[in-house]
Amino acid sequence: MALRTLITRNPLRAAAPLASRGLQTFSLPDLPYDYGELEPAISAEIMQLHHQKHHQAYITNYNKALEQLDAAAAKGDASTVVKLQSAIKFNGGGHVNHSIFWKNLAPVRVGGGEPPHGSFGWAIDSNFGSFEALIQKMNAEGAALQGSGWVWLGLDKEFKRLVVETTGNQDPLVTKGASLVPLLGIDVWEHAYYLQYKNVRPDYLKNIWKVINWKYASDVFDKENAN
Amino acid sequence: MAAAAAFATPLKCTFSTSHNVSGSTRGLHWRKNERSVKRAYRGVITAKIDHKPPPYALEALEPHMSLETFEYHWGKHHRAYVDNLNKQIVGTELDTKSLDEIILATYNKGDLLPPFNNAAQVWNHEFFWESMKPGGGGQPSGELAELIKRDFGSFEAFVSEFKAAAATQFGSGWAWLVYKANRLDVGNAVNPLPSEEDKKLVVVKSPNAINPLVYDYSPLLTIDVWEHAYYLDYQNRRPEYISTFMEKLVSWDAVSLRLEAAKARAAEREREEERERDEYEGNSQTEPQPVEMYLSDTEDSEAD
Repeated sequence: MALRTLITRNPLRAAAPLASRGLQTFSLPDLPYDYGELEPAISAEIMQLHHQKHHQAYITNYNKALEQLDAAAAKGDASTVVKLQSAIKFNGGGHVNHSIFWKNLAPVRVGGGEPPHGSFGWAIDSNFGSFEALIQKMNAEGAALQGSGWVWLGLDKEFKRLVVETTGNQDPLVTKGASLVPLLGIDVWEHAYYLQYKNVRPDYLKNIWKVINWKYASDVFDKENAN
Repeated sequence: MAAAAAFATPLKCTFSTSHNVSGSTRGLHWRKNERSVKRAYRGVITAKIDHKPPPYALEALEPHMSLETFEYHWGKHHRAYVDNLNKQIVGTELDTKSLDEIILATYNKGDLLPPFNNAAQVWNHEFFWESMKPGGGGQPSGELAELIKRDFGSFEAFVSEFKAAAATQFGSGWAWLVYKANRLDVGNAVNPLPSEEDKKLVVVKSPNAINPLVYDYSPLLTIDVWEHAYYLDYQNRRPEYISTFMEKLVSWDAVSLRLEAAKARAAEREREEERERDEYEGNSQTEPQPVEMYLSDTEDSEAD
């Protein structure tokens, strides 16, 4: 039974404001399931390292970069502000992406792996031909990605269509288009699968669908369409 | 890193007489010549790239880099790059070239061609295995130690910078110690004031498959910081992996040999440039003509 932190702050909004300035910093979000509950698709060992070490490191470094950015901006130190951009993109992106990722996964017992229905299911069929075709496309793009990155199913709000995209490193989906909303992201950094699947990324991709939380993606899709 | 000759296999590509690497990038043909030549051409080396093993047993770097890591890193990752590269280049112009030439040709000035990834990663991994040895670590000696001191201030300062580069290469990539013999980047120009000071040791980091050959540097040492290089042994603890690499694995002997070779290459290039300069000056019969400017006498060239 994996240990979970009992902190319940909403991770993507303010956590502890810096006393002097009210700068909003961030904290590690809870997982809505135990580390072992996604087995055998993703091992407990990976889930724990991924959450407690990798995601936590992005948050720690993001907070640090934000504090430095805040100080530099207040002083009008333009070159420091510019210098910090890559640290903010890496670590802030890492925090954004992983926060979405944990919600994209769910144990089988609460519906992980169950294909989408309703308007979202229909949108998938009309955009990709079939649910299977979407899976195949995401697997192909995810496997072909060189180095580290993510493969996404996104909603293009402007053109009202679903798209499959990849981003490198920790670039969030929005770096591929301002109107793109992430519905589903699959982490294909080696840390996401190596201890279990080693070099065989395609096997990781094949298996992760068993614990994908289509309900979350469907909810985001419906909400965006309602706007 | 030159590929082995393979005379027995029928030659499937046309023999290219162009040896100028930069020239060939412009007209890189992707023909697959299906007609197989029954007799082997003498003197043609098919660049069937080898899956070269490390110069030590796979378990020799335990416990700092485990056998299991080598079984996957060398046995699967490196092997896949070799196999995929060979599949990509068979029957093409690249099949006759050495690995270094393939890398430069497919780097294509940054507009990467498909085989680049595989070619560069094959080269990088060979270079990486050879950068380590059982009982490695310690300090460099001789000229290498002197140059490190000259260009970094001290060995400790170099180690610090190298470790920082390796730790801050975000995502997948490599950190390098390179020898930089400062040449001008323009094809037909020469450095007007070459000096020993232009040549120095530098630490660089590179993403994914990129390596310093494409910047025209001479690599001397590398560490692989793709997660697959350390995840089985160190998980997320990349800084620990890097420290262990420096303290227990680096083969300073290999680095010294590479430095010698790099300096020799740089000296040879200078001699070549010297020769070309002398030839040009010897051959030119007339002074270069001043450029004639045609200005209309009714128009002001600066008119808005």
